[in-house]
Amino acid sequence: MKVFFSHGNLSQCAAWLKAAYVQKSSAEMGINMTKKQKKMLLRIIVAAAMMVILMFIPSEGIIRFCLYMIPYLVIGYDILRKAGLGIYHKQVFDENFLMAIATVGAILIAITGDGDYTEAVAVMLFYQIGELFQSYAVGKSRKNISELMDIRPDYANVEIDGVLRQVDPDEVAIGNLIIVQPGEKVPIDGIVAEGESTLNTVALTGESLPRDVRAGEEISSGCINMTGVLKIRTTKEFGESTVSKILDLVENASSRKSRSEDFIAKFAKYYTPAVCYSALALAVIPPIVLMAMGLLPDWGDWIYRALTFLVISCPCALVISIPLSFFAGIGGASNAGVLIKGSNYLETLSQVDTVVFDKTGTLTKGVFEVNGVHHNNMDEEKLLYYAAHAESASSHPISKSIQRAYLNIVRQTNGNTIEKAEVIDRNRVSNIREISGKGVVANVDGVEVAAGNFRLMEELGVTYTECSQVGTIVHMVVNKEYAGHILISDVIKENAKRAITELKKAGVKNTVILTGDIESAANQTAKELGIDKVYSQLLPEDKVAKVEELLDISTGKLAFVGDGINDAPVLSRADIGIAMGALGADAAIEAADVVLMDDDPLKIAKAIRISRKCMGIVYQNVVFALGIKGICLILGAFGIANMWLAIFADVGVMVIAVLNAIRALFVKKL
Amino acid sequence: MKKTYKIEVDCANCANKMEAAAKNTAGVKDAAVNFMTLKMSVEFEEGAEPKAVMEEVKKNCKIVEDDCEIYF
Repeated sequence: MKVFFSHGNLSQCAAWLKAAYVQKSSAEMGINMTKKQKKMLLRIIVAAAMMVILMFIPSEGIIRFCLYMIPYLVIGYDILRKAGLGIYHKQVFDENFLMAIATVGAILIAITGDGDYTEAVAVMLFYQIGELFQSYAVGKSRKNISELMDIRPDYANVEIDGVLRQVDPDEVAIGNLIIVQPGEKVPIDGIVAEGESTLNTVALTGESLPRDVRAGEEISSGCINMTGVLKIRTTKEFGESTVSKILDLVENASSRKSRSEDFIAKFAKYYTPAVCYSALALAVIPPIVLMAMGLLPDWGDWIYRALTFLVISCPCALVISIPLSFFAGIGGASNAGVLIKGSNYLETLSQVDTVVFDKTGTLTKGVFEVNGVHHNNMDEEKLLYYAAHAESASSHPISKSIQRAYLNIVRQTNGNTIEKAEVIDRNRVSNIREISGKGVVANVDGVEVAAGNFRLMEELGVTYTECSQVGTIVHMVVNKEYAGHILISDVIKENAKRAITELKKAGVKNTVILTGDIESAANQTAKELGIDKVYSQLLPEDKVAKVEELLDISTGKLAFVGDGINDAPVLSRADIGIAMGALGADAAIEAADVVLMDDDPLKIAKAIRISRKCMGIVYQNVVFALGIKGICLILGAFGIANMWLAIFADVGVMVIAVLNAIRALFVKKL
Repeated sequence: MKKTYKIEVDCANCANKMEAAAKNTAGVKDAAVNFMTLKMSVEFEEGAEPKAVMEEVKKNCKIVEDDCEIYF
């Protein structure tokens, strides 16, 4: 040990220490350090400096003892006090107690032996350095993670008597007008009343794709307004808005403890007393046995071994690094647009081998779109023109989709503009007759148009062509002549196929679709996406039964992905419920354990990979910390390890474990 | 009734001990300490006066970990 501080001259050393302190405190460290941490840093530096000075002061006996007690008390007074308080409150066997016993013991050995107090002070010094590092690292990652999730708006702009005022978002009532300027966060959910802008939704969805909004569109809080000024009429209170709900979820997430965390908490409870008693046994039994055998007991050596044993055994590395890994994992996931509601769910997610999907809204967009025009005897645009006009009076989703498809095709051919002659104009339509359950007949530009299902065709006595694809078919008759049909179906999400491939790559063995749809539609989707099993034509209660069946046969954990109100019971029944956050019903989000903010099924595989990485880190830390400690404990018991190795086994392992835990935060490339 | 309080504590193990201490306080139905967000959420029993209960919770926490703080 003595080599440690023995070179260089005193004034140089002091100057260097001072410079290091000033530099550190003013640069990256000082800014983020709390008062408590700064005080600790000062104590560490003062104690270290004193130790250096003491190296050069030859002293003996009681004076030497007193001199060394100064740095010891400077660095360790709070530990001794806590240990004393602990004994007073009958709360022995914590880290403070371990450290106090180990250092006091080392001092006693020094008094009776060679008078080398360095070890006692150094143990305390390094322990405190370790604690400082830990508190700094945790504080820093706490800050990093909360910055990642920094979506809490501080104020809302409200116009009062023509003046723009910043008020607490909590004070804004439903139906008020708020103003969001470029660069500001949207504080409350609402509908755009005025203005046009581009929104950055990255904080909510993890996707950097900007979204355009204009008057009349819904807007969720937490987005950042990028380009224009927006006037928003609020539709929710702040407490009920998207942003509050997300923050609430994330902040409460790490309160739900995982099995590993519980294990460590329980483990620490038994572990500390166990090592204390083992240390006691190590100090007492071998000397007594030696004495009984008529040999020299060598008390000092055995007590030293016992003390080394105590220092090694400190469980901090585990106790801190495991919750930190989970916290970082959840933070990283939420940054990627995946909200995980608790560490326990992160743990379960890593064991998922069966993923069950509800079809509509999950793998498909859940909105009906024109997917094709077949057997048409006229221009596609013309046919859609007739259809859109004939259906113009209706607000049925099917009619809407036809109107949308028509406008889209016009935009495409015109280069994104719609001329006046091409707008859907109800004045061109006359004599609309809706035939309930069949379709509609109307005159468009004086031409008789009929649009409807096969029953309408039969009623009109027109021969029609069946469609080979699955979906809703609108047959068209123009001028009493069959003009083809329009296929309208739910569209598969762009990423759905890749999502399934990625899941398989991530080790999911079984993918299943549960749907209320008819068999042919379900089978077609499954085939297209490469899904293993399909159960179709299910009622909501059948879905629960099916999931229970699958739970029985699956070897790993089962995840259910859904979005609707009727999915809520299934979501809570599955091992892990994953809900679509943007499209999904509130009940589904409430019932789910994991929420995908942007409804992208690709994120399921990502979430699984994040959870695997996080659990991997947890296991690495457990094995690493226990392994190193185990080896050192054995070495210590046999007298091979000294205090210095012990300090590494305690502080060094803890530092490495904490650094490893922080890795869980980085999930971008997964 | 459930309320969340900001706390200050230095080590994860101490946070666990605080949680146990809070749970064992009269008038507390359940308590959870989140070391990472430095928050303690306490579910009070029916009819309990949060302020008075929290005084006790704080007292009990101080016994297991002298160096902690609960803001309420």
